[in-house]
Amino acid sequence: MAGSAENVVETGNAAGRAATGRAAARQAVPRVELRSLDTLWFQVAGTLCNLACNHCFISCSPTNHTHEYLSLEEVQRYLDEAVQLGVKEYYFTGGEPFLNPDMEAILEATLKLGPATVLTNGLLLDPERCARLAAIAQASEYSFDLRISIDGYDAEGNDPIRGPGTFDRILEGAQNAQRAGVNPVLTVTEVREENGSRRGREKFMALLRELGIERPRLKILPVFHLGAEAQRSGAYEAWQKLADQDAAGEGWDHLQCSSCRMVTDQGVWVCPILVNEPEGRMGQTLADTLDSFPLEHPACWTCHVHGVSCRT
Amino acid sequence: MLDLPCPRRELPNLDGRAQFWANSPDIPFVRGVSMSHRIPEDQSVRLDRALLREHREKLQAHRGKATWGEKLVPLREFKEAAQGYGRALEPKHREQEVSRFLDARNDGIPHEGPFSKIVAFGGIYNNSYGLEAVLEQASASGAEATYCLGDFGGFGPHPEKVWPLLVQGGVRCIQGNYEESLSSGRDDCNCGYSDPRDNHFATISYGYTAENCSPEFRAWMGTHPKRRRVLVGDRRVLLVHGSPRQVNEFLFASTSPTAFLEVLLDQEQCDAILCTHTGLHWHRKLPSGRDVVNVGVIGRPANDGNTHVWYAEITDRGSELGVQLKPLSYDFQALAQDMRAAGLPEEFVETVLTGWWTTCLEILPARERASSRF
Repeated sequence: MAGSAENVVETGNAAGRAATGRAAARQAVPRVELRSLDTLWFQVAGTLCNLACNHCFISCSPTNHTHEYLSLEEVQRYLDEAVQLGVKEYYFTGGEPFLNPDMEAILEATLKLGPATVLTNGLLLDPERCARLAAIAQASEYSFDLRISIDGYDAEGNDPIRGPGTFDRILEGAQNAQRAGVNPVLTVTEVREENGSRRGREKFMALLRELGIERPRLKILPVFHLGAEAQRSGAYEAWQKLADQDAAGEGWDHLQCSSCRMVTDQGVWVCPILVNEPEGRMGQTLADTLDSFPLEHPACWTCHVHGVSCRT
Repeated sequence: MLDLPCPRRELPNLDGRAQFWANSPDIPFVRGVSMSHRIPEDQSVRLDRALLREHREKLQAHRGKATWGEKLVPLREFKEAAQGYGRALEPKHREQEVSRFLDARNDGIPHEGPFSKIVAFGGIYNNSYGLEAVLEQASASGAEATYCLGDFGGFGPHPEKVWPLLVQGGVRCIQGNYEESLSSGRDDCNCGYSDPRDNHFATISYGYTAENCSPEFRAWMGTHPKRRRVLVGDRRVLLVHGSPRQVNEFLFASTSPTAFLEVLLDQEQCDAILCTHTGLHWHRKLPSGRDVVNVGVIGRPANDGNTHVWYAEITDRGSELGVQLKPLSYDFQALAQDMRAAGLPEEFVETVLTGWWTTCLEILPARERASSRF
């Protein structure tokens, strides 16, 4: 990763060099090319969250400062670079994005340039904020989406994962968004097998309709065995790794990392999943990160096997 | 929104879930990384006191620590390790890297024309009535060439009926995802939908069309190019189905940033792109003076409560390209009747009769969906 090309400024320390050495010692790690930079993510709230969910693959919490908030100025700098590179869509996540006092200004600036999605836990979606978000969305020619996370179709399913009392508050946030004219997408992880099943989907759809959401939208995601989730359901096992032959001659264009990058306060990472893996960092500016990336991490295996799309 | 399979691993009993957090050592407070100066003491934080009371250890587990994969390590250890990865190019090398990345793609396809006026339409969707109507308009308008941007089939009845009309009308075609799929024997339309509700109706459309296409018609579909280049006046116009990059990429107005389109035009070295695939027509004159036109489809109304369909007329206006998106009336009652007789879903018939989409709605971006009836 810390490449050997002559135009590269080596910033490596002992830990980084040792890891690079280990990587080189392994054989034939497949690499994914960036075919175009379509999707730009911002870790806008860092790893700070007003919840501490048991399945969070980056273990966000009110005290997790692994990554910090991004300011409007920092985001704007990357947006300027993104425009040059022809980015097609923008995503904001955390942590909880609406903890960041700049979030609404950031959204406004972004929606002047392209479509944007905010991934939230819904707890801070009071009616006033929802009205402001609706007004920001209305003023743009581009689409705005709000993705609200929930992990059970009832409190018994959700609250053990996201925290006591969160189920009702998530639904209240979703309803506030809906009433303001922003139709949210509910994002559900497969913390229980049932969530992604036909029966589970039907239950989530029914729940949304009960809330008066006439056009229910649902996105199901697999779990990543990292961070808190590794403690909850077990870490990755040694065999969960990609090899060249897994691409079956079709290449890696189906993976998100062939068309996305993730900005945090510490630079640019390959994708939204690996931000708590130092080796996921690819550079300081977007221009530094346009080369290929080794699919070495077991989380890459999850993306490949489950056909994960982080997009809405 | 993918229809994802369930995880293969069996999840352990959730009752042990709090163990990790409860066992975390009490980490001393580290100066400069307290949450208090980062998260403002606003209403949101007050609201969370209830949560805090109930799982205090879990919410405070990370004081001074970073999560590195599944481990907790001192914050500085993570941050230093992270800075050891990745590149920091010199400014001039950054510029070189960006231009390498955005390098122009030369497909070597010769230009047809030059013409002073062309007509372009997409998405016939088996609507032979619409096709007859657009060919009449094209001939009355004095267009020198007529282009179909793909998707002859789907949605409507009797796929074979459009074949002689395309041949007799001298229509210059490119392959859409339907032509690619049918000519290569694919078992799905490769429309690019991700929601199971959209795919349900897409499967019905494709299944019906595939069953009612002769091998000869399918083979003919495969003879068309995937893209064409045309000169209108001295303007270089690129014709594609979805986007220059992918046959099934959706270029909706609200999800196609102007800067993104400028980059596409630069890479393709053209002055205009004509595309279809989404079913919704739009035109944007870019700051560079170039044009992107989604010509819409003639097989299904544009989800606006009107029964007419849309096509595009492109003319040479000297200093600029003239782009007119035009509504097209056709015998939609006859089409609806044929669809019912063929046993196609009543949902499809309703769309033809009312002008509102009833299926494949989930693919619509938020902005386009907001003005939709369903």
